[in-house]
Amino acid sequence: MNGLFAQNAYLLISLLKVAVVVLVLLTGIAYLTWFERKVVAHMQSRWGPERVGPYGLMQPLADGVKFLFKEDPTPAGADRFVYFLAPFLSLSLALCTIALIPFGPGEISIFGRSTSLSIAEINISLLIVFAFTSLSVYGVALAGWASNSKYPLLGSLRSSAQMLSYELGLTMSVVGIVLLSGTFSLRTIVLAQQGTVLSVLPRWNVFSPIMPQVIGFLCFFIAALAETNRVPFDLPEAETELVAGFHTEYASFKFAMFFMAEYAAMVTVSAVASVLFFGGWLSPFPENPAFHFTYYLPTALAAVGGVLLIVNGLRYRSMVGRVVVPVLGLILLLLAATCALPGVNPVIQGPFWLLSKIFFFLFVYVWIRGTLPRFRYDQLMAFGWKVLLPVSLANVVVTSLLILLREKR
Amino acid sequence: MSAETVLFIVFAGIAVMAAVNLIWQRHPIHSALSLIVVMVSLAALYLLLGAELLAAVQIIVYAGAIMVLFVFVIMLLNAGEEERTEVSHAAKFLGVPLAVALTGLLAWRMWAFAPAAAASTVTDQNQTKMLSRLLFTDFTFPFEMTSILILIAILGAVVLAKREQ
Repeated sequence: MNGLFAQNAYLLISLLKVAVVVLVLLTGIAYLTWFERKVVAHMQSRWGPERVGPYGLMQPLADGVKFLFKEDPTPAGADRFVYFLAPFLSLSLALCTIALIPFGPGEISIFGRSTSLSIAEINISLLIVFAFTSLSVYGVALAGWASNSKYPLLGSLRSSAQMLSYELGLTMSVVGIVLLSGTFSLRTIVLAQQGTVLSVLPRWNVFSPIMPQVIGFLCFFIAALAETNRVPFDLPEAETELVAGFHTEYASFKFAMFFMAEYAAMVTVSAVASVLFFGGWLSPFPENPAFHFTYYLPTALAAVGGVLLIVNGLRYRSMVGRVVVPVLGLILLLLAATCALPGVNPVIQGPFWLLSKIFFFLFVYVWIRGTLPRFRYDQLMAFGWKVLLPVSLANVVVTSLLILLREKR
Repeated sequence: MSAETVLFIVFAGIAVMAAVNLIWQRHPIHSALSLIVVMVSLAALYLLLGAELLAAVQIIVYAGAIMVLFVFVIMLLNAGEEERTEVSHAAKFLGVPLAVALTGLLAWRMWAFAPAAAASTVTDQNQTKMLSRLLFTDFTFPFEMTSILILIAILGAVVLAKREQ
């Protein structure tokens, strides 16, 4: 048994990491729907989900059960194989990208073997991310075609054209980053962003002293909104014109898979944006002893959250709320105590800052959804080809010129 | 048998089967999907050879861009299933023997070259830099010529599309 473990240790540890990341990601996606509904509701002076469980926290579970038990008809004349394939393709491609994100520096040890804080360490991980993104068009395109129905076909034609057009802008907007750090490896890109600018700002790529990649970041984020089919670029599912776009004919769990794919894509795009432009796992505070107290920020946040939950939960009317919410609070307090342990504290810094940045971008996503109206189709195409692409190309030219001038000096 | 050999046999098998399926299928979309499978398994074979950049480019360019356009056009034209006709006599008596002869010849030459090809796996860690340097120094002329050729093709397509109006 022991010998078998030693032989397959790498495989086992990788599987363990995959399991942990996928579990966290799927739970995160489920609660992202809850978060989105809550935030948009509050922006529109409503309450949002609040009937299922305290604060509506059980809503994602209820939705999941509903999706599982709904009838799942296949439309007449549909291409059965492709109709089944499309949602699986969408979801698996959306989940794959997270494997390349480095969650922290250094190594942790599992069963006495040290392993890095990411699932896959590849030299050219940035290119692989784009490979997965470029393949994700198929899920949408095939779903609309295989449904044998007019609205889905129109929706999928629109969205394939949209995703193709904005992929150019997406790829061009990160060339500046590759030029600055001289590598395609996400880990090395993060490591190149260590240090400070003017001794105040962190030396992240958006604040880079050579050429701040603000324009690159804006292009990236706009193109990413379009790639993930989110407001204001959610034309593929413009319900006033196309019912629900490419997934009109899908029901039950296949529909849920498209839904999960969209949210998984949001999470991974946010992760890639934080790694490329905002220093990934790096803390926004300078690395010196004066700022050592920031190491206890995760602890403080979890502790405050736990205390708030306990106090609020005890005031709850229903019995479930009075038990469940304080127990959640206690779990948070325990988490806070674990984060303060000297052995754990340095390890969780990287994941904590990366997750905070991802959370911030997810909030921006929801914020934009609560604010902006939808583009018209011709506006969308004109913007992609006549504004986004030239601006990101100009960013590449200027960045490479500045790097060249710096090397000449 | 090492893990690499097993993976090679798996992906090579998938590639060949998908290629056969590409011809076998009657619907253009199914054929296009088989072609995508061929390209992705070829990318996996490149990865096994250590050519990571080539694998990524294979997926981004072929599977992610060119094949998307194929699928897009098939969807736009709403091409239906193709009809099978009786195979012509010329194809039966001339085509089959020629195909067998060509396959045999190719297999024979490749068998002869196999050991040399297997020995030349890429070992350089920073192959992206190496490849770009080669493209922009030694092979600048062919590289730029390819871009001009592609540009001409695009211009030709635009001219053909405009003439209708």
